[in-house]
Amino acid sequence: MAIIKTEDLTYIDGEGTPFRKVAVDNVNIEIEEGDMAGIIGHTGSGKSTLIQHFNGLLKPTCGSVYIDGERLWDDKAKLRPVRFKVGLVFQYPEYQLFEETVYKDIAYGPKNMGLDEKETDRRIKETARMVGLAPEVLDKSPFELSGGQKRRVAIAGVMAMEPKVLILDEPASGLDPKGREQILGLIKEYHEQTRNTVLLVSHSMEDIARNVDKILVMNASKLFCYDETAKVFHRSQELTDMGLSVPQVTRVFNRLKAMGVDLGEDIYTVKYAKNLLLKRLGGMQ
Amino acid sequence: MIKDITIGQYFPGSSVIHRMDARVKIILTAVFIVMLFAADNIQGLAVGIAFTLIIFLVSKIPLRMMGKSLKPIIPLILITAILNIFFIRTGDVILHWKFIKITNEGVDTAVFMIVRILCLICGTSLLTYTTSPIDLTDAIERLLSPLKKIKLPVHELAMMMTIALRFIPTLIEETDKIMSAQKARGADMETGNLIQKAKALIPILIPLFVASFRHAEELALAMECRCYHGGEGRTRMKQLKMSMIDLWGALFSTLFLAGVITVNILT
Repeated sequence: MAIIKTEDLTYIDGEGTPFRKVAVDNVNIEIEEGDMAGIIGHTGSGKSTLIQHFNGLLKPTCGSVYIDGERLWDDKAKLRPVRFKVGLVFQYPEYQLFEETVYKDIAYGPKNMGLDEKETDRRIKETARMVGLAPEVLDKSPFELSGGQKRRVAIAGVMAMEPKVLILDEPASGLDPKGREQILGLIKEYHEQTRNTVLLVSHSMEDIARNVDKILVMNASKLFCYDETAKVFHRSQELTDMGLSVPQVTRVFNRLKAMGVDLGEDIYTVKYAKNLLLKRLGGMQ
Repeated sequence: MIKDITIGQYFPGSSVIHRMDARVKIILTAVFIVMLFAADNIQGLAVGIAFTLIIFLVSKIPLRMMGKSLKPIIPLILITAILNIFFIRTGDVILHWKFIKITNEGVDTAVFMIVRILCLICGTSLLTYTTSPIDLTDAIERLLSPLKKIKLPVHELAMMMTIALRFIPTLIEETDKIMSAQKARGADMETGNLIQKAKALIPILIPLFVASFRHAEELALAMECRCYHGGEGRTRMKQLKMSMIDLWGALFSTLFLAGVITVNILT
């Protein structure tokens, strides 16, 4: 059964004002449990609006959202448990830190769930380890940490709720290349360890290509497609037409193909390209 | 939702009043207030009511907007009415029950006061409805500039007001984001008693404070990068200009003020 399912999901922003905009237009999607999916789309294509429907922060104007088979918004009291089930990490999540210590800040989510001290403590220690925070950092104030560290704390704060689905909106934006690498690496590791569903919103096709198995493409408030990475990047012309791109390495190999050097399809990570080239060269010798 | 909060309730338009110079509008608002308080009988107040109605119709501000600005003063109106009705003891007694004594003069005064307050709010809120906040602060700066002589930092005060107004929408947006983020971590802001509700605000207020400090720092840096050094020798891109409309507006208002005073003397 799909963990997230939407039926004709439509959201209109600013209804009744001059700023009325259809932000999400008739989206039907099924995301399976355990998927590691990327969400791409142009700025303003409705990505962020869409993901806020998955944990019941926004109410659909029409259509419905099902989480784990249960329809949201039928009973407003049931929305809070949904937010524990679907963890959402916003863009620049470090701006939401507020506690005196990192430990207490990570504890905010689990405490809201009503967990006892012992369980909370276990979860904090575990998520801190998972996001690569040293134990001594837990007693520091979140405000004295570096940008990358703060982001880890914020992500840990959502992971500590142990949600079945983890959604991250541009988790690596504004970080230096090394920081990006580390954050994305830990998210991938989280997925491999827990086998939970992870949705990753990103503008970087390289990051997406390296880390996810499936891609959801939003275009002008509509769902363009939700498919395996290879199949999505295979439609490079359509992606380019909507102002998106494919990974640089894919572009290189597309150009080579156009020039008559066909090295195969579906090349979208440098690692894969390297192995492919080595194999070819090896075969020539 | 939170976005519906309107502060600096500017309602864009192109009516004669919108096009008037903000400085003139501020002065005429003062004239208007004097007009209403100068009226000490019904006839005089009638002139004030006529003036309020005329400027309201000319401004083309929708009635529902006006209703919005009258809503918060309903308690004030009620208190005024009650005080006047129950505590004015002169005049003919209409109702006498135990210690409560209501006189016709009390009722008259209450009605008089309520109408005066209503006119006052309608008329003065037209100033903020028809003038953009930026124009308003500019005008205040210009009007207060003589006070520079006594070392009052007029430009700095106006700049502070401008910045504060500029950041209201930004901070509202920020609050919205932080609220969503904390809700995603299970924050519960709707249920619980007053203390629990106040406590639930901490996770929102602290990041908001941090954000405003960050904004202030960034803005200060950006201003410095563009060589901002205070009001000394600064010129403006948009000059406030007075036109014939302002002259007519001033003439029109003075005429009504004179009318009120004449009515006062005659009756």
